[in-house]
Amino acid sequence: MAYLRAFGSWLPPRRVTNQEIAPLVDATPEWILEVSGIEERRYASDQDTVASIGLLAARDCLEKAGATAAELGMILVASGSSDRFCPGPASQIAAGLGLASTPALDIPVASAGSLIGLTLAAQLAPTAGRVLVIGAEIMSRRVALNPEGKNTAILFGDGAGAALVDAETGFARIADSCLFTDGTAADILFVRDGHFHMDGPAVIMHASRKMPRAINELLTRNGIAPGEVEAFLLHQANLNLITRVAAAVKAPRERFFTNIARYGNTSSASLLIAAAEWHSGQTAALAGPLVFSAFGAGLNWGALLALPR
Amino acid sequence: MEPQARILKVLQKVTGKEITPGADESLFVSGLLDSFALTDFVSGLEEEFGVSIPDSDLSARKFDTISKVESYLKAKA
Repeated sequence: MAYLRAFGSWLPPRRVTNQEIAPLVDATPEWILEVSGIEERRYASDQDTVASIGLLAARDCLEKAGATAAELGMILVASGSSDRFCPGPASQIAAGLGLASTPALDIPVASAGSLIGLTLAAQLAPTAGRVLVIGAEIMSRRVALNPEGKNTAILFGDGAGAALVDAETGFARIADSCLFTDGTAADILFVRDGHFHMDGPAVIMHASRKMPRAINELLTRNGIAPGEVEAFLLHQANLNLITRVAAAVKAPRERFFTNIARYGNTSSASLLIAAAEWHSGQTAALAGPLVFSAFGAGLNWGALLALPR
Repeated sequence: MEPQARILKVLQKVTGKEITPGADESLFVSGLLDSFALTDFVSGLEEEFGVSIPDSDLSARKFDTISKVESYLKAKA
C-alpha cells in the first residue's frame, strides 16, 4: 500500500506581473492573460538554486506531515531546470536534510517529473517506507525575456513542491496510475545548453489529447465516473489547456484546482505546488477520488488516482 | 457531398462561423484556427470521415489549408 500523507511548497517572494514581462517580450499584459490565464509568476533570486528551493519545499512537507528526514527511505527529485545536470539536485537536497546514506534520485523530466515521482513512490513505498517526492524548478533562467522568447517567457515561473508518500499512513490511498512515453515527438519540448525550447502549439495539441485519454483510462478501469471525482490536480501548464481537459473528460470545470494565475507554469513543480495549496484549503476529510495528471518533456504523460482511506 | 465541402462543414462547426475560406488560404494565418481549435478540428474530421488521426500527425502544417486537409485525408483513405 502507499498513501499520500502530506504536501509542501515554497515560492520565491518576488512577484513578476504581466505588466513587467509584456514590454520585454513585445506583448501586452492582456494578451498574456488571454492566451495563458497567467497574471503573475514568481522569480527566484540570484542566490537560489533548484536544490535550495527544493529543500525548502521538502522541509515544509515534512513539517506538515509531522515527520523527520531521518524517517525517509528514499527521495525523488523532479526538475528540468537544474543548475547542474549530473549529479542533479536530489543528492544536494538529501544532504541539506542531513541525510548521508538515504537514496536520492533525480527525475530530469520537465513538467511531468513530479507525476512520475509520485507513481514511482507509490510502487517503492512498500519497501522504502516513506518516499519524499520533490519538484523544483527555476525556469526563469531557462527562458529568454525578449521578443524571440515570447511564447515561453510569458508562461514560466519558479517554485518547488513536495509530497510525502507513506507505506502506512496518509489521507488518501494511491490506488492506481498510468504513465506513457512517446519519444517520437521529443523535439517539441526540451532543454538544451541551458535553454528551454517549446513548440507551443504542438505541445497544446498533444497535451489536450493525451491527458484526457490517460485520465479516462484510469477512471474507466477503476469504474469511476468523471463526475464522482472530488478534485483534479493537474500540471499547471496553461489555464486554457486545463479548461480543455475538463471539457474532454466531461467533468465539472470547478473540480479542477488551478493556481496558475498567481504562479505561472512552474514546470514539474506545479503539480505538487497545486496539490499543497489544494490540500491546505481542505476543511474536511477527502470524501471522493482524487486525480493527478501531467504532461511534459519526453513526451511523458499520465495520471494517478488516489482514493479516500 | 464533396470532401472539401465536408471539411468546410467541420471547420464551420468548430469555429462557430459561417466562413468559406479559400482552399489554399491558411487557416492559422487567417485566425480561424489556433492550437486548441485544431484539436477540435482534428476530432471533427475523425468523426466526419471515419478515420483515426494519430497524435504523431498533430502538426499545424498538415492541417493549415483545406487543400492540405483534403490531401491528408485522401492519403489516409
